[in-house]
Amino acid sequence: MDLSVGEYAVGASTMLLILLLAPFGSAIILAFVGDRKLAPELNIIGSAATFGAGVGLALEVYFRGPMLAGGKFFFVDAFNVYLAVLTSFVSMTTAVFSRRYMRREREHGRVGHLGMRFYHAMFQLFIFAMLLCLLTNNVGILWIAMELATLSTVLLVSLYRTPSAIEAAWKYFILCGVGIAQALFGTVLLYFAAEKVLGEGGEALLWTNLAGVGDKLEPTILSLAFVFLMVGYGTKVGLVPIHHWLPDAHSEGPTPISAVLSGLLLNIALYALVRCKVLVDVSTGSHHAGSIMMGFGLLSIIVASFSLLRQKDIKRMFAYSSIEHMGIATFAFGLGGSVATYGALLHMLMHSLTKSSIFFTVGHAAQMHGTQEMDRIRGLIKGNPLVGWGMIFGVMAIVGLPPFGIFTSEFLILTATIKDAPYLTPLLLLGLGIAFAALVRRVQPMVAGPRPSYQVGMKPAHVPVILLMTLVLVLGLYMPQFLSAWFDKAVGLLR
Amino acid sequence: MNLAAQINSIFAALVLLTAFGMLVQRRMNGLIHLFAWQGLFLSASTAIVGYFASVHHLFVSSALTLGLKVVLLPYILHVLIRKLKIEKEVETIVNIPMTMLFGIALVIFCYHLTAPVRELSTLMTRSTLAVALATVMLGLLMMITRRHAVTQIIGFLAMENGLFFAATSATYGMPLVVELGVALDILIAAFIFGIFFFHIHETFDSLNVEKMARLKEED
Repeated sequence: MDLSVGEYAVGASTMLLILLLAPFGSAIILAFVGDRKLAPELNIIGSAATFGAGVGLALEVYFRGPMLAGGKFFFVDAFNVYLAVLTSFVSMTTAVFSRRYMRREREHGRVGHLGMRFYHAMFQLFIFAMLLCLLTNNVGILWIAMELATLSTVLLVSLYRTPSAIEAAWKYFILCGVGIAQALFGTVLLYFAAEKVLGEGGEALLWTNLAGVGDKLEPTILSLAFVFLMVGYGTKVGLVPIHHWLPDAHSEGPTPISAVLSGLLLNIALYALVRCKVLVDVSTGSHHAGSIMMGFGLLSIIVASFSLLRQKDIKRMFAYSSIEHMGIATFAFGLGGSVATYGALLHMLMHSLTKSSIFFTVGHAAQMHGTQEMDRIRGLIKGNPLVGWGMIFGVMAIVGLPPFGIFTSEFLILTATIKDAPYLTPLLLLGLGIAFAALVRRVQPMVAGPRPSYQVGMKPAHVPVILLMTLVLVLGLYMPQFLSAWFDKAVGLLR
Repeated sequence: MNLAAQINSIFAALVLLTAFGMLVQRRMNGLIHLFAWQGLFLSASTAIVGYFASVHHLFVSSALTLGLKVVLLPYILHVLIRKLKIEKEVETIVNIPMTMLFGIALVIFCYHLTAPVRELSTLMTRSTLAVALATVMLGLLMMITRRHAVTQIIGFLAMENGLFFAATSATYGMPLVVELGVALDILIAAFIFGIFFFHIHETFDSLNVEKMARLKEED
């Protein structure tokens, strides 16, 4: 552990190894276990092990500083370890939720024998791909893992085999395939620029090497590369106007998959984009990349908030809400500066926790009514208090009401906007206001009122909803010292 | 311009030619053959660059392209269309001249876009980067203008060919570990679209993706 390259400690980390092997191993085991009785529990155990390793790795980084592992193949710093912990945590709660949810889907015959085997194995493979995206030091491997994350979820979106599900999955496959191809071209250009400075071979694609020579990279090439990277990874973030796959994929797939797509995958793509942006900004010495991100972010906020107004399908509506929130985070990262970046990091965290919790309640609500149409979902509080209140609190949090965490992050981002780009504040507020109105208007009749005759009772998964909402509330009221210090470190990396 | 660069340019031209050919080819069988030819030209070009620039890992990439894109993928596609009984299917394409003209405009645009790279590069392959980007763009154009699931997938794979060509032209290939990973991703993708073809065929009774129009924003 005493060897170090620059500011990075070099060493083998057992935690990192477990973090990657746990989901990969679980995927293989679950592929064999298939539809047996213990599969959901094994899925939870695998995810819990991943989360444990994530926390372990975070502690290592917190006390020892950033590190390189596996012969420079992996690197861990405050930014990616925070997302790794978030990813493993949300995937664990989703695994808990999916136990009851998928059992019911299985009983109702929406998923078959083979479907369940496939579902569990691919869920874990997806988590593995996302963690690999975060932890790899190689820009090329990042791209490969991102494509793997898409591929592992494509057939999960079409799991129910309905015509709309197949259409959604095809769209997801084609659009993300096209998008990510642009990102690979961007990566080639980045490699071209880096090779001139760092020499041939794999070393030139390592984030840790690139970070040190940012100012020597050719600015014209990097600006060009960023356009391709922006379009490529932006497709996966779900930014307007390249977002068309997102509402379809979220509404047609099984709800646990909607929760992880929305809460995690979008974050991972944004992570890739932010890393590229930092590099390009150092090279060009201007705010070129940031401005592009601000434009895409703002457009996403406005378009998504107006689209929220006209949705009839509940999962589709919350998918548009995800586009809006990713837009906010992208905008804030683009704005730059310590307050906005801090706000964006916090926003990614809060959005993941809140949105996955909302999708859990939405999934149960849809199961109670046998439909995702909002006009038919009524009387949730009377039908099932946890689902009803869970949705109320979830929506209060997602629209940015205090005392929930999203209020804090949106407030920070707004403050930074007023200071650095005051002329954009009205647009930002307009988007937030419309989203607020749209969501509250839709959710109020669903939760209040008497139970409709076609509503059936069910046993929802309590633990994930309560756990996630409590976290969002607590972090909104009180930010622990260590978390704040951790974010400050990440902000330092991104300046 | 020396001999190696000239030979490489010829192959680049052939790759571009096959890309244009695919843009307007209506028969499924013909399309798959064109795709295999494109892979072959790509593989040959990569091997030649590897030989003249003595970059040995390019031989591995060349062999990989040969195995994957000339033999395996066309074989899988042939088997699939035979099983789905669509080998003889002829797709209707609207407005071929306009598509061709737009394609030519795209090629010119790509030359313009890659001009800074050409100026900075010292490699003998620098002039073919524009062709590589054009291949990507033509694949994209093919995916937009065509309505058949198999055609869209071939467009997607042609884009991948363009990207591979871009890596060879700009930097004599990405590091080997990255290229192997990309090849693995393509293999998994092939597995997935194979399953997809059957699902789509079963559900919609046709591979025309225009039949998939349920998920539209309603007003």
